[in-house]
Amino acid sequence: MTLEAHGLSIGFGTRVVGTGIDTVLAGGEVTCLLGPNGSGKSTLLRTLLGVQPALGGDIRLDGQRLESWNARDRARRVAYVPQAAATAFDFTVLELVQMGLTPWRGLFAAPGAQARDAALECLDRLGIAPLAARPIQRLSGGERQLAYLARALATRATHLLMDEPTANLDFANQALILDEIARLAAGGACVLFTTHHPDHALRVAHRAMLLRRGTLMGNGPAGDILNSENLSALYGRPVEMAELPSASGRPDRFCIVRESRRFD
Amino acid sequence: MTPTRAGFAWVLVGACAALVVLVACSFAIGPFGISPGAVWRALWSALTGSASGLPENIEAVVLQVRAPRIAAALAVGAALAGAGAAFQGLFKNPLVSPDILGVSAGSALGAGLALLNALPVALVQSAAFAGGLIAVALVLAVARGIGGRDPLLTLVLTGVAVGSLFGAGIALLKLLADPYNELPALTFWLMGSFAGVLPRDLAWSLGPIALGMIALWLLRWRIDVLTLSEDEARSLGVRVPVLRLAAIVAATVATASSVALAGTIGWVGLLVPHAARLFAGAAFARVLPLSLVAGAGFMLAVDTACRAAFPTEVPPGIVTAFAGTPVFVLLLALTFRRAP
Repeated sequence: MTLEAHGLSIGFGTRVVGTGIDTVLAGGEVTCLLGPNGSGKSTLLRTLLGVQPALGGDIRLDGQRLESWNARDRARRVAYVPQAAATAFDFTVLELVQMGLTPWRGLFAAPGAQARDAALECLDRLGIAPLAARPIQRLSGGERQLAYLARALATRATHLLMDEPTANLDFANQALILDEIARLAAGGACVLFTTHHPDHALRVAHRAMLLRRGTLMGNGPAGDILNSENLSALYGRPVEMAELPSASGRPDRFCIVRESRRFD
Repeated sequence: MTPTRAGFAWVLVGACAALVVLVACSFAIGPFGISPGAVWRALWSALTGSASGLPENIEAVVLQVRAPRIAAALAVGAALAGAGAAFQGLFKNPLVSPDILGVSAGSALGAGLALLNALPVALVQSAAFAGGLIAVALVLAVARGIGGRDPLLTLVLTGVAVGSLFGAGIALLKLLADPYNELPALTFWLMGSFAGVLPRDLAWSLGPIALGMIALWLLRWRIDVLTLSEDEARSLGVRVPVLRLAAIVAATVATASSVALAGTIGWVGLLVPHAARLFAGAAFARVLPLSLVAGAGFMLAVDTACRAAFPTEVPPGIVTAFAGTPVFVLLLALTFRRAP
């Protein structure tokens, strides 16, 4: 259960966004991808997801080249959790989650009672079964993000790639999503998520990847990588680390931008 | 709102019952009033081959005038509404109509060229069908050639460009047309009409319409996935370009043959699926059947009004536009005034 990149180049057509990217994402681990706006985070995520071709190097899913997987088998192993944006049509939560069963169903097959049960079970795992009949456009941001997460669970994929799962969520909902991410990894999933908040990485990530201008300036255990020096270099602002004692004995770490000048 | 399974079944049964009543009324209503009993006897005798005992002229009105016209209105309404529902899903936009890729403009130009060359009616219809398909094929080919990062937007904009090009062709034909014979025929055709539909025309159009709708029905669960972002759909293992092309072809074939049968009739394909969603929710497996029934009913009601409510026959395209605008505003209010 691994997703690896070796010497990966990413971008669109002739426009190279990033090069020389090496990483190994393993089961049971949360990896956080950090980087300033325009650093190539989303492009890297989409390339690892297989919806955008790599410009060079290779990506291996469970040891095999990603391009050699057919679309359906890949979808059964790698799931995408988009930002909790509004959809064009107001599906119910259950309808949305049932779409996660697409890679397991034939082209013309209709979802039956079994599909319904499978979708409900995914909702139940995230504690949102009571939302099943609700239209997604009337959910809160946090509930909608959980619904997308439930859809990813319905694909039974072991690799979950999430694009800013905490964006546009209020403070408590951010923590809720992060805790679910930690729980999924504890259950064996391989999770990669992007975020603009190093604190989110400090809270749940085992590993951190720091992407700056298309190259990885840091990639390793979150505890080592997420330090004042690296984060300052990543964002171009003086970042300082702080600690708060916690019940577990291991202090909770977080970071702040110490002195934010408006102009350089 | 999304009703429960049983709730939706009742909605669909209710819509079908209303459609049956509407068909019965449409047979009976007209400048030549016929009692429902006589309509039933005429249809029964046609089905079983037994004698109806009705005067020959009444039997002829029911079977040779009204039956093909009603069947055509039902088929065209269902085709436009079904294709509209599909296009709205494919383009992730509930305000798209089936001619977004230029099928109506293409069909109109094809029919116009045939009319100006004084070709027989059957060939006018074939030309309309071919014109619609050629326009969409051109849009697909040009959009494919352009490529780009947002294939859907490229497709819509190419559709606008090609539709406008074919529109210019129609304008040129109007200018060149003989104002006494050809121009009225062309204008009337552009506004749509079910008058004078022959059983033969009907037989020719029903096949492609049915094929298109059956294809959309088979793909109904996949079409829901296409309403998501392209990244999401592809990450769910869906081959987006192939599936999108298949759905566009199915919807286009049905639209082109409905335009070939009855001319260009606007609004139905936009309004009906939009209204259907209010009662069916978002799932295409529910929107499609309800759109088919509601589209057929709406078109039939409009056409019955066209031939019976006015002193002279009015083209249905005008009535759909007059009726469509207020209904559309009402739908907008219903859709967007609800709390988010």
